[in-house]
Amino acid sequence: MAVTRHQTRRDLVRAAAVAAAAALACPAFAQAAPRVAVIGGGFGGAACARALRRLDVGLQVTLIEPSKTFTACPFSNEVIAGLRELSLQQFTYDKIAAEGITIAAQAAAKIDVLARTIGFADGTTLSYDRLVLAPGIDMRFDALPGYDEAAAERMPHAWKAGEQTLLLRRQIEAVDDGGLIVIAVPAAPLRCPPAPYERASLIAHYLKTKKPRSKILVLDAKDNYSQQKLFENAWKELYPGMIERIGLSQGGRVTSVNPATNEIVTDFGNYTAAVANVIPPQRAGRIAEIAGAADRTGWCPIDPVTFASKLVPNVHVIGDACIAGGIPKSASAASAQGKACAAAIVNTLAGRPLDPPRLDGACYNIVAPGYGFSLKGIYQPKDDQYAETDVTTSPLDAPPDVRQLEAEQAADWFKTLTVDTFG
Amino acid sequence: MPSALINVPKRAKRGDVIEIKTLMSHIMETGYRHTASGSVVPRDIITSFACRYNGAEIFRADFFPAIAANPFITFFTTATESGKLDFEWIGDKGFSETASASITVE
Repeated sequence: MAVTRHQTRRDLVRAAAVAAAAALACPAFAQAAPRVAVIGGGFGGAACARALRRLDVGLQVTLIEPSKTFTACPFSNEVIAGLRELSLQQFTYDKIAAEGITIAAQAAAKIDVLARTIGFADGTTLSYDRLVLAPGIDMRFDALPGYDEAAAERMPHAWKAGEQTLLLRRQIEAVDDGGLIVIAVPAAPLRCPPAPYERASLIAHYLKTKKPRSKILVLDAKDNYSQQKLFENAWKELYPGMIERIGLSQGGRVTSVNPATNEIVTDFGNYTAAVANVIPPQRAGRIAEIAGAADRTGWCPIDPVTFASKLVPNVHVIGDACIAGGIPKSASAASAQGKACAAAIVNTLAGRPLDPPRLDGACYNIVAPGYGFSLKGIYQPKDDQYAETDVTTSPLDAPPDVRQLEAEQAADWFKTLTVDTFG
Repeated sequence: MPSALINVPKRAKRGDVIEIKTLMSHIMETGYRHTASGSVVPRDIITSFACRYNGAEIFRADFFPAIAANPFITFFTTATESGKLDFEWIGDKGFSETASASITVE
């Protein structure tokens, strides 16, 4: 990666950073093509990079992502249940590169927000005028006693799609009929809040057809969750007696795990799982912390209109990593945030006024093949935070053809979102 | 669905410090909230919790409106002899719940 550093310019940047608030409002460094770097090639980062380039072809946009392929989480629960192949979840960055976006296939190791440089492991650096962080989530391997990176090989979280997804699938395929599948769910905030329950549903579908004596136990650090009634009704209808859930106030919070014995411990119980799917607490991807954009919650506070970090100058944070109030951490929200952030950056660089964004989010859940429901929300900034201004949830009582239609819409939604993001 | 959950070690060595955990399902309504029409939602909280070990009180707590719903209490005691631990929760609106567990001390 070619990088130039001019001492004078760097000094100028430092001077500007002292007046960080003023610098944010300035269309700074307009003399050359503004350089925008995006770290993270998921739904948020890829959508943002594409939108930046489309809104202003004069921008130098670099997408920093070490993986050659992206593996999408939405629909990966179907992979776990043996209903879908992982290859259908995978996308490359070829079409994004063809649009004139530079792909830096390396992991960012350091960020100097005052010098506005990104450092890579090989010692090279990249300068930017604006930086967008879209690092997604990292598992907190320090948060649940017994659950570290090695434990995840025995008790997969499968909360980032890829090898972990396949590992959980293989474990479920290998389980004896009658074996207990335990899903441990952390307290909020977590990536894709209804996904643990979609996962329980689809695993139940697999068990019902292949291992009817097996059961699923969901140990949950929450009392209530998104679309709960729809899930509970579906479980009664499709999987009677197969899924038991213990919520927080019934002692469901997992307090420790033992990967050697596959034991999962709560304050009031001790469970030995045949398959233990332990979803640990999460935080923003590590680079956010390195950049100084994450607060002590582990997530990144932002200005809701611009997605500008509240902690570091000239840095924006989008997707699962940011604190976005009422917006759930989902693929469609990340994509919508990426586009809104791109518009804010382009307008700021051009000195144009900013419109408060209006974001659409959609969340589909598939509980069996041909049985889906959804939650669709509209989110707008209110009191310095995103608020849900309108939300539509599927009806509780609906005939099978409505559920079938929603399942088909979910497949269309995935296609639209992935084509929109990756080409 | 049990309203009280307790966790007492089934066995312990004499002199061991043991952890006891309890969770009582309860709304813990503060009495400070108002409905949409402006009337006060009456206070409905647990006001006291006690634990007796073979009849002798070893732990007591008074609760106030700032305690969150579904109070989770954990405390430690010394295993002295085999027997029974009795737990009692008392609160507003005549609320009264009990639970007990046995322990074998060797």
